[in-house]
Amino acid sequence: MRQSSIIDIISPIMVGPSSSHTAGAVRLGLLARNLYNGIPKSVTFRLYNSYAKTGRGHGTDKGLLAGFLGLAVDDAGIRNIFELEISKSFEYKFEYLEDFNRHPNAVDFVIKGSPNIVISGDSIGAGEVVINKIDNFTVKLDGKFNTLLLIYQDIPGMISKVTSKIPVNIASLNCDRYVKGEDASMCIALDGELSDEIIESIRNLPSVYIVRYIKKLES
Amino acid sequence: MDKYINIRTFEDLYIACEKNEKTIYEISQEREAELAEISIPEVRIEVKRSIDAMREAIQNGLYSDKMSVSGMCGDDCMRLQRGFEKRHALFGRLYEKIVTYALATSEENLRMGKIVACPTAGSCAIVPSVLVAVSDELGITEKEQIDALITAGEVGRIISNKVQLAGAVAGCQAECGVASAMSAAALTQMRGGNVKQILNAVALAMKNLLGLTCDPVCGLVEIPCVKRNPFLAIHAVTASEMALADIVSKIPLDEIIDAMEQTGKLMSPMLKESSEAGLAKTKTAIELEQKLGM
Repeated sequence: MRQSSIIDIISPIMVGPSSSHTAGAVRLGLLARNLYNGIPKSVTFRLYNSYAKTGRGHGTDKGLLAGFLGLAVDDAGIRNIFELEISKSFEYKFEYLEDFNRHPNAVDFVIKGSPNIVISGDSIGAGEVVINKIDNFTVKLDGKFNTLLLIYQDIPGMISKVTSKIPVNIASLNCDRYVKGEDASMCIALDGELSDEIIESIRNLPSVYIVRYIKKLES
Repeated sequence: MDKYINIRTFEDLYIACEKNEKTIYEISQEREAELAEISIPEVRIEVKRSIDAMREAIQNGLYSDKMSVSGMCGDDCMRLQRGFEKRHALFGRLYEKIVTYALATSEENLRMGKIVACPTAGSCAIVPSVLVAVSDELGITEKEQIDALITAGEVGRIISNKVQLAGAVAGCQAECGVASAMSAAALTQMRGGNVKQILNAVALAMKNLLGLTCDPVCGLVEIPCVKRNPFLAIHAVTASEMALADIVSKIPLDEIIDAMEQTGKLMSPMLKESSEAGLAKTKTAIELEQKLGM
């Protein structure tokens, strides 16, 4: 079991009314924003199950958009995000769906732009969230650790090539691939920080296509 | 100091306190500092941030009667304050403050105001109402308030090792129930209780909230959550009074948490934040659902 923190118990300072449906939504939006790392043409927010049913009353829609625009969980702007100027920087819409195979509080960010990408995540309670899918890749990104995410070619030796460049302790490492020898994903949660030079050196490794360094979220 | 990292149960915590002749917050802040790789003063600054935000939420809530998006709740704190002006509470001024502050915070939460999730947003008013009302009435110093909130945080942390603090997982016992147990710890710490008394306050508060369901009307954090917060703030005071008189819970605290975990698992999913039973499916609740188009 993960070693828990008292600060997690007596925080976050957040805009109400629900840690899972409001603060969780903002955090999912923030993680999706950091993953996408650019301004899209449009975003469709697909809310599932409880998120779909009670989302409007809990400001889940506002939270997802506000997070994607970079607002923190305690930003009073969440309340009237639809009226704020920054919300006009791209087109967005919300879809409300039911799918019993998905978590009660699941969301997809269907992002159009360069590139097109679908990011999926769940709000798992008390404001904790996890991004678990990027397009067809399974990932694990919970915002609690600085995390390095890679898309690379599935060939022998890649994990050691990447990890040998990392000087800090690795908290967890998850890999996934669709077809042997083709694209694969690697998600590395870190106990410390990585410098720009190290990230660049990993980016320059042969057969590494995409590298994203996603900083942990404020508690 | 390394060993504090491994404190998983209340028994571990009690032994660590006894062996090192330290109180709960001293052990907890050392552990937190080590875990987060920061200094103890930095831990305490984080805790102070939460206390400041709790006070701000109370102040904002006291002066607002704006309704929530659903229009179901939002003006009861104003009503309560007017009531106390006309007719003072039987239990006196401190009681008035605790229930008023709790309602102020709960209502601030539902109108999308800024609150501290402690441990969750739905249970956000219980710890602040007790902490702020008691510290203001009794002249508890800022240092002692921070000690108290760290103590409360440690209680929530240990419970969360076993039970996820989410209504959808274990019902409201894991949200408002835990918040009440945390408040009992904070209050007992503020009143100079020893480690044993603090842990008994937690045990007594928690034991009497086992099985509390999460059946919110229309799936919103409003009915019954808003008014439940002041009730469970006062519940914490009862637990603390008994513990300070050296009343001991016959069932040890860790066993109570085991019972809570089991109860949460046995509780029907229909009573765990899915709004498929209980209060959420009463005749009036169904009418409200239809009115709100949910």
